[in-house]
Amino acid sequence: MFPDEFDYYEATSVDEAIDLLAEHSGAETELLAGGHSLLPAMKSGLSSPDVLIDVGGIDDLHGVSVDGDTLVVGAMTSYSDLLDADAAHKHAPAFAAAVGQVGDEQVRNRGTIGGNLAHADPASDLPGAALASDATIVAEGPNGEREIPIDDYFFGMYATALDPGELVTRVEIPSAAGAAGAYAKKPSPSSGYAMVGIAALVETDGGTVTSARVGANGVLDHGVRLEAVEEALVGGSLDQESIEAAAAVATDGIDEAMMMSDLQASAEFRATLLEAYTKRALRATAENAAPRAAD
Amino acid sequence: MTEHDITLTVNGTEHDLTVEARTLLAHALRDELGYTGTNIGCESSLCGACTVHLDGEAVKSCTALAVQADGAEIRTVEGLADGDELHAIQRAFQEEHGLQCGYCTPGMMMTSVELLKENPNPTREEIREGLEGNLCRCTGYQNIVNAVENAAESLRSGAVADGGTVADDPTADDPTTTDGGESK
Ligand SMILES: Cc1cc2nc3c(=O)[nH]c(=O)nc-3n(C[C@H](O)[C@H](O)[C@H](O)COP(=O)(O)OP(=O)(O)OC[C@H]3O[C@@H](n4cnc5c(N)ncnc54)[C@H](O)[C@@H]3O)c2cc1C
Ligand code: FES
Ligand code: FES
Repeated sequence: MFPDEFDYYEATSVDEAIDLLAEHSGAETELLAGGHSLLPAMKSGLSSPDVLIDVGGIDDLHGVSVDGDTLVVGAMTSYSDLLDADAAHKHAPAFAAAVGQVGDEQVRNRGTIGGNLAHADPASDLPGAALASDATIVAEGPNGEREIPIDDYFFGMYATALDPGELVTRVEIPSAAGAAGAYAKKPSPSSGYAMVGIAALVETDGGTVTSARVGANGVLDHGVRLEAVEEALVGGSLDQESIEAAAAVATDGIDEAMMMSDLQASAEFRATLLEAYTKRALRATAENAAPRAAD
Repeated sequence: MTEHDITLTVNGTEHDLTVEARTLLAHALRDELGYTGTNIGCESSLCGACTVHLDGEAVKSCTALAVQADGAEIRTVEGLADGDELHAIQRAFQEEHGLQCGYCTPGMMMTSVELLKENPNPTREEIREGLEGNLCRCTGYQNIVNAVENAAESLRSGAVADGGTVADDPTADDPTTTDGGESK
């Protein structure tokens, strides 16, 4: 299986990538990051761009750092490189947990954080975690840089707030060093992608939940926050009873007619999974809360 | 169609070649350079038979363009043994019957080598998780897990160096034999 023919350009800087995007705006152009969504789609004929602009080698877009209270993740940082960074686990526990469950070792060595969030596959693991982590997507285009809050970022299947001439340069995650987080995923038995995946990030004070963000993949055609669950959690404790009660409202506020339904799982089954995996994510969060509190 | 001049260093040998932009790394290695130890199974990023090391990391070479690997160090299954001396992982697959038809084996070994580099003492569960991206249609995986455990043990005990020098070998104490020959 070969991809169709295309022209290939390697960008060595963000400016060069933006110029190349502008120069080839008349053709069907794709940015190439880790290639682990794009190349399979090109090989199977689902996608046949005329031009590929490789941004994977741009040095400035690699690496994980801490800037004040913010974890800064370069868009072209691979999953493996993020998992190797202690700061990611410390400051973004829910996000790091989700990254650890993407694909397999070889996929994690190639795929990138920015490529994943730009692609916005509804069965991907990162949208829910980015929502739970209150991430900001930083994009750059011909008109300069702009910050897109994650709550305004996902539009639909493979659709985001990004403009065609823009690229994601980094993802900023406010430090959740004092919170506990987890990700619980029901992988598709064939592809390993998320049939349903729930990311939770919960802050407690003296055993009482002071804030909670919960994001879900695989439910709608884009990542979504489970606001009813978040509201149910705040003010309670993270014990078995309140976890059950919060998970019981997992589908509240989610339009049933918009629930994904495909060969993998019917909408009805996804609703059942949503509740079950919300419970699992919250239980894991509670377990993680104990050791973090002792730090 | 664009063609590109690229350089790939495979198992320490530098190769200059010209490839189409769409040439996959797996095909460049097999068809252009003759490293046919790298197998192609599913061609769809799922089976791991095509796994090689790209700058030290296990990747599925059917899911990378050769141009993306320009300038990189690549290690294929042919680069595991040191001359006639098998790598610890190769000896372990042989001893534990970690293969039947052998189709998945090059990829299994390349992923295992990275796994053992990152985690020299993995549990059986960790071995299974680490090899999640490699499928085997023959063995039922038990003997593959046994082989990785066996290799882990010999690498840890220093009995077999990364590159395959065995303990009862009189050169085992020679520090110059402890490297796999990979230039990184
Ligand atoms: C076998 C296999 C299993 C997988 N399993 C999972 C899984 O379990 N969970 C999961 O979440 N994912 C999974 N994936 C997908 C993987 O995570 C991809 O790496 C990811 O979806 C895309 O990231 P990438 O870096 O590979 O991007 P690419 O494939 O290179 O690009 C994807 C798209 O994003 C665009 N893009 C890339 N970078 C940018 C940028 N900086 N700015 C704007 N647009 C950009 C590209 O133009 C392209 O359209 C799997 C993939 C494979 C092959
Ligand atoms: S041939 Fe590359 S993963 Fe199967
Ligand atoms: S030994 Fe035949 S596929 Fe693994």
